[in-house]
Amino acid sequence: MTTTEIAGTPVERDAEGFLVDPSQWTREVAEEIARENGIELTPAHWQVVQFMRNRYLETGSAPSIRSLGKESGVPIKELYQLFPKGPAKLAAKIGGIPKPRGCI
Amino acid sequence: MPQRIVILGGGTGGTMVANRLRRVYSASEATISVVDRDDRHVYQPGLLFVPFGLARVEDIVRPRRRQFRRDVNFYESEVEQVDLDEHRVELADGTRLPYDVLIVATGVRLQPEETEGLTGDGWRERMFTFYDVPGAEQLAAALERFDGGRLVVNIVDLPIKCPVAPLEFAFLADAYFTERGIRADVDIAYVTPLDAAFTKPVAAERLAGLLEEKHIELVTEFSVGEVDGAGGKIVSWDEREEPFDLLVTVPLHAGAGYVSRTEGLGDDLGFVPVDPHTLQSRVRPNVFALGDAAGVPISKAGSVTHFEGEVLTENVRRFLAGEELDASYDGHANCFIETGFGKALLIDFNYETEPLPGRFPSAVGPLPLLKESRLNHLGKLMFQWLYWHALLPGRDLPGISAQMPSHGKEHHPEHV
Ligand SMILES: Cc1cc2nc3c(=O)[nH]c(=O)nc-3n(C[C@H](O)[C@H](O)[C@H](O)COP(=O)(O)OP(=O)(O)OC[C@H]3O[C@@H](n4cnc5c(N)ncnc54)[C@H](O)[C@@H]3O)c2cc1C
Repeated sequence: MTTTEIAGTPVERDAEGFLVDPSQWTREVAEEIARENGIELTPAHWQVVQFMRNRYLETGSAPSIRSLGKESGVPIKELYQLFPKGPAKLAAKIGGIPKPRGCI
Repeated sequence: MPQRIVILGGGTGGTMVANRLRRVYSASEATISVVDRDDRHVYQPGLLFVPFGLARVEDIVRPRRRQFRRDVNFYESEVEQVDLDEHRVELADGTRLPYDVLIVATGVRLQPEETEGLTGDGWRERMFTFYDVPGAEQLAAALERFDGGRLVVNIVDLPIKCPVAPLEFAFLADAYFTERGIRADVDIAYVTPLDAAFTKPVAAERLAGLLEEKHIELVTEFSVGEVDGAGGKIVSWDEREEPFDLLVTVPLHAGAGYVSRTEGLGDDLGFVPVDPHTLQSRVRPNVFALGDAAGVPISKAGSVTHFEGEVLTENVRRFLAGEELDASYDGHANCFIETGFGKALLIDFNYETEPLPGRFPSAVGPLPLLKESRLNHLGKLMFQWLYWHALLPGRDLPGISAQMPSHGKEHHPEHV
């Protein structure tokens, strides 16, 4: 676990770069983490990131890629274009929430 | 009036918990009812061996009813719906079962039809799963006919039950073709949506090493979007392709249909969110879940189901007695990983601790962790006997506790 400063605020992140505390998240933090991963956030990215984050804050767990595809309004194929390789994982990282649980 | 305990699903978890609860309560104190759609209890770890002719289906299937103690009522029907407000289960045959405590143990549902093309051309001809009985049998015939080409072992997406089973399949395929003398004519690829051979770093590294030793190609971060049976290839969402002559896939998993039909009971995939330490549902205090059906952050495995069952039994008792629940389930999981040629690996982990090397203290002496050994292979074989004779009847297994033992594990500072 390391504390780094992003956009002027200190945030705690785990070994894989996920925020430890979702409340430390801001839009600037999201933009910075996206940039680290080679992504410039567009409105379509934001739609997915917000959906992920809201779902996590409401239910306590991040949606799977399957429900992301069905419910976020962005089909799975496009999710992979927006967030190459691992949309659920990347969108969670950018949205400041823990790594999705499917990964166990 | 006796308390009414209703258990949905008579597989590993449902059977074990019914039998344990039967010992806690006399027949006048509680009625215990189990619902399952059929009367065939499959020892699922055995499905791994069927394709290679190392086990026969009749050796791994037994009548469900016969696994229960006296005074467990068995209903053979599909569960239709749960009425959480009225505390009542509705079965497809019209039966209504009122409950004081409900235990969800209906495991997972395989959904091959959810992946485009998977159940189309070539399904069960050159594309198989060994995750159910018909699939394992058909695959046995297909492997026998197979005399060269590219075998792709694939996981469509997580979560799946027994996440190590597809790895074991790849290892056993290597041994099988070697023993048939045609290994040089077969390419084996292990294609996974994960970014490594396994979910946890130390084990992933060791397992990747084993794949390499056995000349099994590892393809990571490959999430199948489409299967082209006629063309013999799987295509990822990001448009990479892996060609195959024979595809062995683990299809998408979801929870039972009635869980999704019951408002509030399940999550987006139909698994039941529960407190990870007490296994009490978050939707109603008189609902519990265990095994593959439960939404907890640990692998879906028989060993997990078993350890959960011990804590769950105690918590049903405490709940009905109005006592505070026991929050002692720590996510303990313990899996043998067959690696072929009469050897196996053992991993032992929980919510907090990833699988580490070292030694696992057991009744037959210390078993090496994360290392191939004959003893581990024997452990895996012996487990089948223990399953029917100790685990399902609800007896404690000698020397194995619900909580993970931490002594014997080598903690590497860089990974803790
Ligand atoms: C190939 C393979 C290898 C495995 N190897 C291992 C291993 O080596 N070690 C290990 O620990 N685990 C292993 N597992 C996993 C293990 O078998 C499961 O985790 C375990 O059986 C889960 O128990 P359960 O009670 O949750 O579900 P199950 O035992 O699957 O029982 C669920 C029951 O619910 C019933 N059901 C479902 N829906 C309904 C409905 N709507 N109405 C009525 N009945 C319904 C089903 O018929 C079934 O009997 C393996 C699994 C597979 C497939």
